[in-house]
Amino acid sequence: MGNVAKKRPFRWYLGRLGTQIILLTISLVIGLPFFWMVTTSLKSPAEVAIFPPIWWPKVIRWDNFITAWNLAPFGRFYLNSTITASTGVVLEVAIASLSAYAFARIRFKYRDILFLVMLAAMMIPSQIGLIPNYVVLKHLRWINTYQGIVIPHVSSVFGAFLLRQYFLSVPSALYDAAEIEGLGHVQTLFYIALPLARPVLGTLVLYLFLAKWNSYLWPLIVTNTQSMRTLPVGLAMVRTAEYAIGPEHLMAASLFVLVPPLIVYFIAQKQLIEGIAAGAVKG
Amino acid sequence: MKRLRMSRRARRDMFAFIGFTAPNFLLLGVFVFWPIIYSLYLSFFKWNMISPKKTFLGVANYQALFSDPVFWQVTRNTLTLALFTVFIKLAIALTIALQLNRNPKGGSIYRAIIFSPTFTTSVAVAMVWTWIFEPTYGLFRYLFRALGSTSPDWVHSVQWSLPAVIIVLIWSGIGYDMVLFLAGLKNIPLEIYDAALVDGVSPWQNFIYITFPLLSPTTFFLTITSFIGALKAFDIISIMTEGGPLNTSNVYVLYLYQNAFQWFKTGYASAISLILFLLIMIITLIQNKLASRWVHY
Repeated sequence: MGNVAKKRPFRWYLGRLGTQIILLTISLVIGLPFFWMVTTSLKSPAEVAIFPPIWWPKVIRWDNFITAWNLAPFGRFYLNSTITASTGVVLEVAIASLSAYAFARIRFKYRDILFLVMLAAMMIPSQIGLIPNYVVLKHLRWINTYQGIVIPHVSSVFGAFLLRQYFLSVPSALYDAAEIEGLGHVQTLFYIALPLARPVLGTLVLYLFLAKWNSYLWPLIVTNTQSMRTLPVGLAMVRTAEYAIGPEHLMAASLFVLVPPLIVYFIAQKQLIEGIAAGAVKG
Repeated sequence: MKRLRMSRRARRDMFAFIGFTAPNFLLLGVFVFWPIIYSLYLSFFKWNMISPKKTFLGVANYQALFSDPVFWQVTRNTLTLALFTVFIKLAIALTIALQLNRNPKGGSIYRAIIFSPTFTTSVAVAMVWTWIFEPTYGLFRYLFRALGSTSPDWVHSVQWSLPAVIIVLIWSGIGYDMVLFLAGLKNIPLEIYDAALVDGVSPWQNFIYITFPLLSPTTFFLTITSFIGALKAFDIISIMTEGGPLNTSNVYVLYLYQNAFQWFKTGYASAISLILFLLIMIITLIQNKLASRWVHY
């Protein structure tokens, strides 16, 4: 017995140490590119072009950010990204809420079939829509417009599914009371269902905002002038511009794009992680 | 009198249902379901997307596709990328999740750092990794030299461009898988381990006979969704390697994009998109079939 009692703490400490080493190593590997982006963006051209590379610049070159900002109309890109991401989120959440409420609370003969139809849409890869959606938008004369960037991606399957689950979990006595009070479906949705779903709504809004802010392929296809580019597309275009851009300026420009989602992430990381862990969000 | 009131209510409900779901179904119809039909239609034509005239080709696009060596190369690349990304990513993510599940000091900080690439802009991620892979001044050259070997010219190398992309995809995807594994681990009842402790089971046996089987629903779900996700990879590859050199890192979605929007071979690109669609459908159906058979609950 005494032997076991002596042995276990040592192995326990060893195990704890192993855990720390594994987690620390992986965190460093994950964090290194972020650090490398920041440190490069603060170096001088000479400090970028030396080998072996230096970890931190001698003099911090904030003016790299000014130079990078003037490489392209980044102010305009910010405006475009903000407009398209936020209107996209508002529309998608509205559409998701309406669908979710209908599937949870409104009786209709074909409801179950329609629900399956909606779920089937989740299996379809959005990439198959690239050409057909472009053609539809051309007929609508929506190429190179905000609505062209936003509208094809505001239909909602996962959000609707998620909110429906939440609406169903609300005790039906509440809905009965609303009906007795003479509330219509719109009022019940706004005064009862949505306020109770606030935590899920919050996670959904954050997740959708990040997804829309980061999206690249569709805005790349549907915009064709610099004034309509979103930040990720604008950044990609800066790199392929004819003149050579130093890594320090490219990293500074990358930070313009990356900082807003990183801020959102670090403020709301607990909510985002727990939302995903609870199956609240599709990856 | 009563029946009349009921039917009025049913009618009111019907209109409400239609009104509430119409926006979603309209958008799904136009932008999600219609593309399948229209892509199938376009795949039988030669069209440059601009001219009003489409030339009917029958199945010639498919014939051309199946005898196109680049298409097979792209297929091989896509599947290689998907397999390697998924298995390495899941193995690392599971290792991390097992460690985090022991509630170590600073666990929530580690979790936050490891999860952070999940929501970062892929274009910016591709920029910094391209710089890390840079052959003359890049960080990888330095790290490889420190380990006593030489670093290849990752993104410009026929052999290393695909591995370079896989490294970045693993880096960006570990966090998401880790969080799902962690959630799966938390669902395993602790009493099972207590029983095993009484029987004197070693930690390794614990993992093989208890943790891993009980985690299989999560593992199965992540394998399928990551695999499908990897088949759709585009952003990072299009920035880092543009599919090159010599298509050695080209994948389905990038080849689809190039055909459709750079070379304006709309019909050919539609055929590619349908192949991708079918591939994903088959995997999804296999998933539905096998989910009950493979997974131990």
